[in-house]
Amino acid sequence: MKLHRINALVIRHLYLFQRSIPRLMDLFYWPIMELVLWGFISVYIDKLNISGFNAVTVLMGAIIFWDLLSQSQKAVSIAFLEDVWERNFLNIFVTPLRISEFLASTMLLGLFRIIIVGIVMGVLALFMFKFNILVFGLYLVPFMLNLLIFGTTLGLFTTAIILRYGTSAQILAFGFLFLIQPFSAVFYPVSVLPHSLQIVSYLLPSTYVFEGMRQVIATGTMSGNLLLLSFLTNIIYLIIVVWFFFRMFAKVKEKGRLLKLD
Amino acid sequence: MCYNHLDLNYMQNNSLIKVKNLKKSFGSVVAVDGLSFSVEKGSITGLLGPNGAGKTTTIQMLLDLVTPTSGEIEVFSKDLHKDREFVLSRMNFSSPYVSLPSNLKAWENLATFARLYGVKDVKGKINELADFFQIRDLLPRMTSTLSTGQLTRLNLTKSLLNDPELLLLDEPTSSLDPDIADRTIKLLKKIQKEKGVTILYTSHNMAEVEEICDRIIFIQKGKIKDEGTPEELVKKYGHEDLNEVFLTIARERIESNQNS
Repeated sequence: MKLHRINALVIRHLYLFQRSIPRLMDLFYWPIMELVLWGFISVYIDKLNISGFNAVTVLMGAIIFWDLLSQSQKAVSIAFLEDVWERNFLNIFVTPLRISEFLASTMLLGLFRIIIVGIVMGVLALFMFKFNILVFGLYLVPFMLNLLIFGTTLGLFTTAIILRYGTSAQILAFGFLFLIQPFSAVFYPVSVLPHSLQIVSYLLPSTYVFEGMRQVIATGTMSGNLLLLSFLTNIIYLIIVVWFFFRMFAKVKEKGRLLKLD
Repeated sequence: MCYNHLDLNYMQNNSLIKVKNLKKSFGSVVAVDGLSFSVEKGSITGLLGPNGAGKTTTIQMLLDLVTPTSGEIEVFSKDLHKDREFVLSRMNFSSPYVSLPSNLKAWENLATFARLYGVKDVKGKINELADFFQIRDLLPRMTSTLSTGQLTRLNLTKSLLNDPELLLLDEPTSSLDPDIADRTIKLLKKIQKEKGVTILYTSHNMAEVEEICDRIIFIQKGKIKDEGTPEELVKKYGHEDLNEVFLTIARERIESNQNS
């Protein structure tokens, strides 16, 4: 992998953010709106005085982590779609750029997005709802890393599908994540799900992050097994999806569809 | 540009592109049917043929954007697919049908591609080429605001950022008015003369092809119909100019379709 090529693609996307209100809205507006909405819901639930349940801490943590997952998924899908919308694939892939470099640049963009959104949401949550994201201490690092990897994996999966079936499938870039939300135990523990859905839930790396988050809030620590399982499932899915993406890319080249993605 | 001793073998060979028995089928449709040709170093070779002859598919296979069904493609004496990075870093492509991102400034587009090609002095290189193509004043402008002629020059600037030894041009003047088209042709001749670039060129403008190309490969139904210098082909078919040669070949196809 050549860093200058990864750097070129990252800078290209940063150029777009400089002057694009829709892109800035996508980065800040929706996460902030969600934070404000869920913040006030949490304050209301807290006023109901449900014993032993700190709504602000649980729900604020959940919404911030969910948004970080969403940002890393969108970084991959939107970076890919930008080139589809601008019909720029030919220009990009007649350079010596490797697919792995293209993917690495989208992952780096995902990292930028989650750091920026994480800081903005963290600061807002502190000032508006007195929720300190640093309550998670060093656990923040593996939490964010797992969400970044899983978001990238989901982004790659939706991108591979769009690559294969064209832009008629682009709705997946915006909606696919919501398909897994009910099973990721974002706002409630896995135990509330019916048994069969619990099995589905435990197949998702995100579930272990959200379960771990609640464990840290409740006990100040978390089981190492949850982190291990999160990393393990993440690595398995990442390997499968990267293979799937390369397979789809080869298929598209074989069918001559790389330049007809519209 | 520097090469290590292992890369020197292709420099001793005069053919920059060698294509052997290249085939491409899309399902039951045969787009390219056993093409074999070579492109000599320093030449401008025209790849001509009627619509659907297989020119674009051939160009796309030469850029490793489409995987051939069978056959061999060697560029700079290297297997294109196996040594993709080596080959693509030494060639470039331009087509009016492939736009640069409209939501970036002209400068930002050029800087992005310069970085992708690993150009050391990005600013210096862009300014040098912008002077060559007289587009300095366009650099701060959004690409979406440029005229067709300005976009063509911007595309050509992009295609020279890596000092390519081989340039693939797909109908570079197709959407230009005669004045700008004439200027573009003169620019291409200047590039070839001053920078020693080998050019593979597709066009439907036969007067332009006659003016610029050293050699022509006519393809029809994915096969080579004829090849030679423009003068040789005009003489062989007993016509006045290359346009009539083109019409003869294209109409042979229509007649053979009607007969079958």
